[in-house]
Amino acid sequence: MNLAIRDIRYHSGRFILTSIGLGLLLGVVMSMGGIYRGLFGDALAVLDATKGDIWVVQQDTNGPFAENSRIPEDIKYRIRAVPGVAEASPLSFQTIQIERLGKPFRFFLIGYDLNGFGGPPVIVAGRNIRQKHYEMVVAKAMKMAIGEKIHLGLHDYTVVGITGKVVSAGGDPAAYVSLADAQDIQFKKDNDAIRNDRERIGANLAGMQNISPGQAKFLQQNIAAITESTHTVNTIVARLAPGADLHGVQERISRWNHFRPISVEEQTKILTKGMIEKARMQLGLFRIILLVISGVIISLIIYTSTIDKIKVIATLKLIGSQNRVIIGMILQQSLLMGLIAYFVGYGLILLTYDKFPRRIVLEAQDLQGLFVIVMVICTISSFVGIRKALKVEPAEALGG
Amino acid sequence: MYAIEVAKLTKIYGKGETAVTAIADATLQVKPGELVAILGPSGSGKTTLLTSIGLINEPTHGKVVIDGITVADERWLPGLDLKRLRREKLGFIFQAHNLIPFLTARENVMVALEINHLTKNEAKARADELLTSLNLGHRLDNYPSALSGGEAQRVAIARALANRPKVILADEPTAALDTENGKNVMALLKQLAVENRSAILVVTHDHRMVEGFDRIFTVSDGKIIGEKINGNTSTSQALA
Repeated sequence: MNLAIRDIRYHSGRFILTSIGLGLLLGVVMSMGGIYRGLFGDALAVLDATKGDIWVVQQDTNGPFAENSRIPEDIKYRIRAVPGVAEASPLSFQTIQIERLGKPFRFFLIGYDLNGFGGPPVIVAGRNIRQKHYEMVVAKAMKMAIGEKIHLGLHDYTVVGITGKVVSAGGDPAAYVSLADAQDIQFKKDNDAIRNDRERIGANLAGMQNISPGQAKFLQQNIAAITESTHTVNTIVARLAPGADLHGVQERISRWNHFRPISVEEQTKILTKGMIEKARMQLGLFRIILLVISGVIISLIIYTSTIDKIKVIATLKLIGSQNRVIIGMILQQSLLMGLIAYFVGYGLILLTYDKFPRRIVLEAQDLQGLFVIVMVICTISSFVGIRKALKVEPAEALGG
Repeated sequence: MYAIEVAKLTKIYGKGETAVTAIADATLQVKPGELVAILGPSGSGKTTLLTSIGLINEPTHGKVVIDGITVADERWLPGLDLKRLRREKLGFIFQAHNLIPFLTARENVMVALEINHLTKNEAKARADELLTSLNLGHRLDNYPSALSGGEAQRVAIARALANRPKVILADEPTAALDTENGKNVMALLKQLAVENRSAILVVTHDHRMVEGFDRIFTVSDGKIIGEKINGNTSTSQALA
């Protein structure tokens, strides 16, 4: 006869409610694990979607995801000429926050060369960008409809397609526009600023005694053209030809001044170790704290349940029950509670994970690991009750 | 052969100045089929005597023999499996029936049998047989909370009898019952003692029930001060 099951059957309401409560706690633990995995997924989403081998960025910077990196767009031609490079495409990134429907609306804008790569990895609705200007593809999470317009910089952009789950390292959903549009949005000054710059350059040149008015006019036009140029990008991503030597290509680009070629491996390290390490540690700490709390709660419940059964345990001992019968009753209850709580938590997270504002990634190995941890915690937690039960004297069954 | 033999049993709690003698030089024997009472006021040492015979309290001095097995001679004999002896030789009945609340009447009896290594089917058959014989056939699947005091005590008696013990020790079995139910329980114990050839030793301070016993030992201040046999006083002090 299984005494644990009989006790649970008799006190089913209390047991189920306790298990559900514990399950909610374990659901939070699972979501923490999912958020942690989601952080990884988010951090690497653009990197994975781009499928590049080398990210060329501004010298002495850690690339466009970690800090500001500005390089001339036309360096792409030079990179394409490096032996081993199959293709190279410029990319522009910026986080934008505007007001939409009366609420802050934040997203990660990616500009890509329509003839290159780095655009939306999939189109789940609508179409990809076809015109060089004023079209955009947005991530599903932005909850925009096809045909909807959004004002960015100096122009309106129309949503023509929806892509899947692409987000920035910070978890903001991604939107794609052509590189030219992205450069305009990021770098183009408004008309007043342009006029002011031209006036300032003209005034400075006019003050120079050793150049003629014709030279001054020529210089003014060229300098203004340079300052007004938007042909700047944040990175140029290169894909290597099959069999090409990654380190050789990196070495070659490194020799040029002003550029740093970062391999995907290095970029991954920058993103995961540098940018989300603290968040990972924070989540890890939360998970440990929650698991400890779960352990304490299970211990308390099992201990209280054992105290409630002192007379039963004493009676069992008095009629000659073996210790294993009593230990089994307490341990099985603890494990069953953990088991039910685990599946309550699992069910909860399965029903809600896609409603979290940040991505939750549930990995089988994490869930299995947590299951083992919960079972270990339940086993350890039951020791408090077992210890109490083993100390109960059979004589306690006597008397009123 | 006696089912219970106690010789010069002494139990002292504590040491030195704080030592309390709960029972001193108690000597008694109970034959199979006998229903014997230990009568005395609260704190007189009767429960200590019961727990010493019931292999719960180790005696400080003296000898205890259960069904021919010497279990204590000055102290527990080494190598004894007390739990096994309690399972096989002894049955316990308690003041407040002590049924396990989350087991049905049948399961309460079965648990004692399964602890003693009977299979589930064997235990169930024996439990049903016992409970039916105690007029509880209609209460097999009821939980203790649904039983009356008398019914619950009869289930407890069935549990005590489950493994056909040679000795049944009862601690105030009628204390929680009204007079009628108390008398019914006493009649049942008397019947079982005769039918099963079990020695039944009952600790009680309930004077209402003394008529049903074969012998009555009176305990006061830790000493057996009187013995009454079938209405005759055999020791120097008469039973009040």
